[in-house]
Amino acid sequence: MIYKFNFRKDVQYIVVAAVVIFFAFVPLFGSTYTLTLSSTIMMYIVMSLSWSMFSGPTGYISLASGAFVGLGFYASGFLSSSLPLPMLMLVGGLVSFALAAIIGAVTLRLRGVYFTIFTFCLVELVKAVMTWYEIMIVRKRGLNVRNFGTDTAFYAMLVMVAITLIVVVVIKQSRFGMALTGIGESEDAASHIGIHTTRTKVFGFAISAFLMGTVGAVRATMLHHIDPGSSFNMMFSFLPVLMCVFGGMKTFLGPIIGAAVFAILQYSLITEMPQIYMIIFGAIMILAILFMPTGIVGVYERVINRIKKGKSKKGGTDDANA
Amino acid sequence: MPMLEATGISKAFGGLAAVSKVDISVNEGEILGLIGPNGAGKTTLFNLISGAIQMDSGTAVFEGKRISGMKPYQICRLGIGRSFQAAKNFDGMPVHQNVLMGALFGKKGQSAANASKIVDEVLDFVNLNELRDKMVHDIPLASQKRLEVARALATRPKLLLLDEMMAGLNPSEVGEAMELVTKIRDSGITIIMIEHVMKAIMKICDRIVVLHHGAKIAEGAPQEIAANKTVIEVYLGEC
Amino acid sequence: MSTVVNIVIYGVIMGGVYGLIAMGLTLQYGVGKILNVSHGEFLMLSAMTSCTLVKAGLHPLLSFLICLPAAFIIGFIINITIYRYLRKVSKDEATFESNAMLMSFGLYFILANIGLKIWGTLSKSYQYYSYPVKILGATIAVNRLIILAIAIIFIVAFFIFLNKTRIGKSIRATSQSTTAAAMMGVKINRTMAICFGTGGLLAAAAGVLIGMALSPTAQVGLSNTVIALIVVVLGGMGSIPGAVLGGLLIGLVGQAVSFIDSSLVMVANYLMVLILLLLRPKGLLGR
Repeated sequence: MIYKFNFRKDVQYIVVAAVVIFFAFVPLFGSTYTLTLSSTIMMYIVMSLSWSMFSGPTGYISLASGAFVGLGFYASGFLSSSLPLPMLMLVGGLVSFALAAIIGAVTLRLRGVYFTIFTFCLVELVKAVMTWYEIMIVRKRGLNVRNFGTDTAFYAMLVMVAITLIVVVVIKQSRFGMALTGIGESEDAASHIGIHTTRTKVFGFAISAFLMGTVGAVRATMLHHIDPGSSFNMMFSFLPVLMCVFGGMKTFLGPIIGAAVFAILQYSLITEMPQIYMIIFGAIMILAILFMPTGIVGVYERVINRIKKGKSKKGGTDDANA
Repeated sequence: MPMLEATGISKAFGGLAAVSKVDISVNEGEILGLIGPNGAGKTTLFNLISGAIQMDSGTAVFEGKRISGMKPYQICRLGIGRSFQAAKNFDGMPVHQNVLMGALFGKKGQSAANASKIVDEVLDFVNLNELRDKMVHDIPLASQKRLEVARALATRPKLLLLDEMMAGLNPSEVGEAMELVTKIRDSGITIIMIEHVMKAIMKICDRIVVLHHGAKIAEGAPQEIAANKTVIEVYLGEC
Repeated sequence: MSTVVNIVIYGVIMGGVYGLIAMGLTLQYGVGKILNVSHGEFLMLSAMTSCTLVKAGLHPLLSFLICLPAAFIIGFIINITIYRYLRKVSKDEATFESNAMLMSFGLYFILANIGLKIWGTLSKSYQYYSYPVKILGATIAVNRLIILAIAIIFIVAFFIFLNKTRIGKSIRATSQSTTAAAMMGVKINRTMAICFGTGGLLAAAAGVLIGMALSPTAQVGLSNTVIALIVVVLGGMGSIPGAVLGGLLIGLVGQAVSFIDSSLVMVANYLMVLILLLLRPKGLLGR
């Protein structure tokens, strides 16, 4: 495919790349608070981009993110004393990939609502299995996780952000990405023009799960101790959806902006009002769905268009919307 | 040997027979018309052939290969393309990209360069070139229907199933559509078309099959069908 | 032998409760196309509220009179405000369905955390007919039998409501075809709101029952939503009899598995339904 540089569309990629490169230097002058906050923002960026990578184009809403992040947590939990961090991330990613592939293979051949139901139940299910394992088999609740240092965790998250950004951009331009979009626009039509819809969906879902597993593995090393309740947490399922709905599900910047906004909000509010901030998030979700269906990015584009329409008084041609 | 031979096709939905023991075959180079009152099972028959739903009983054989039981993407790759009653275009993509989708996925391992060529050919063939960069919702209905056909053509089919391609078109648009269908056949593609626009069916079809309540009630050349008493009753009864 | 009787009786008791919860959920989805993942939170709020009221002196059976209407009204209002607005701005049915589900996800977060804020993580319980009785060789607490009796009463009452009352018939008509129902004069928006409210009411009823004997905490919502979802898929989405049948099956299987290893009950349920989906996606009684 011929690639033409379109300033308006592509400047966003350049800006994001620049920000990523800038962040590589933050550990040199940032405080621990800044580093941990940034690590959280980056983790959430990976989660929201991975979520939107599959659920955005296809319309199959996954509520299973908590299961995949949690599996990443436990990959570190089980293996942090014997493996280096990159291996922990790989294990966390692969286990999540496998689980997603299995669940996907069964539920993605059915209507979307079944997929949503099973992903929703998956978090509780994995939590139940892990709890059973800890109570019955090892008789010890929770696991201690080795800490590799704030700087290391920060860079691990940064690398995952870079990888996720690349994956998202590559997929978007690729045949695979077009197939995902086609499935979302009309699954019937997509299957009739030669797209193996089930296999495409399963693969997309599994990749998204892999990415979530990796950042889960990193996150666990920042926590010292993990247990099933905090690892397989509905919050991890809820946040990516909230961030994408708020930011704009089908855009590139939307999930990134959403991730930053809610990571910072959560950080500011979690100590003062632990339950209330979640209530606020829930309310924002509802309001965003009702009043900002295309997300913040969509609102911004509409404002820009209105300004442009105001400027072109001669009634000249509008740019095609990006 | 007929290009497509379907025998004893049956499908029931919750006790109601949508298609009962239908035999249908089409020879290479034919334009076969499929008509019948609403609810006769025509679209269901298409769905059974294209693999969208599985038949309860019966077999379908395409160019010697048994296709009953295959998934839609496999049947498409073998060479059967289709359009839908309510045009299922990819609304979020511009016209040329819709056709590109068909070109890219229609055959296994299609290269991007080849696909691009196919897009240009097909857009030219169906006369949609001026609209190639427009979004689907910005083009008129007749063009949207032609776009769906174009996308199917881009998958390089040998057999094309057209489902009510002319519904909602005004008389001059119907005329253009008729020309397109004939042009498609002349380029070497066999066609089965479901239609309600009688003038079109009578004029361009080589043979016609009539369905009623899921069963085949008549089959033959247009003039025979037009004179067939049962067919006339069934249609007059409809009015 | 007494173990088997024990399993069956407790299985049927839990089955009754699960059936109640599942009926509410399947009603909301079957008619309003809303997959309400906050359903369990209605149960939780009702369970905790009734326990709090009973501990403050209210007779347990009277808590039905407070929790159920409250749940119905809250559900009704939620539907008539945010879901009605969503229906208006949704360009098609598929968009509405997925957005409605996401909104209920937001609702889940709001309600679950309200519960946590009010009651924290401690459990609540009270004694009500909690002495045991022997039936067919098995020992059963009387309050469990009361739970079963009340659950059956509610299920039967609901069936009567659906089949014999005018509102019930409107609901059934709407679930089959909104256009046809509208043409027959059914007020669609109001019917949808009544369905949603009724769903909440059924969850609340199950909540009060759970409060009677199962020491609920503010965190029981999620696991009950999961059970309700599994039951609904098993019984067939949108099928009320399916919800009852599914509830019974899950109750029995749950008790049987719990006898072997109680922590694996959820896994067994989930796997069972996953396998069922492979063989018969419509569920047992689904259309």
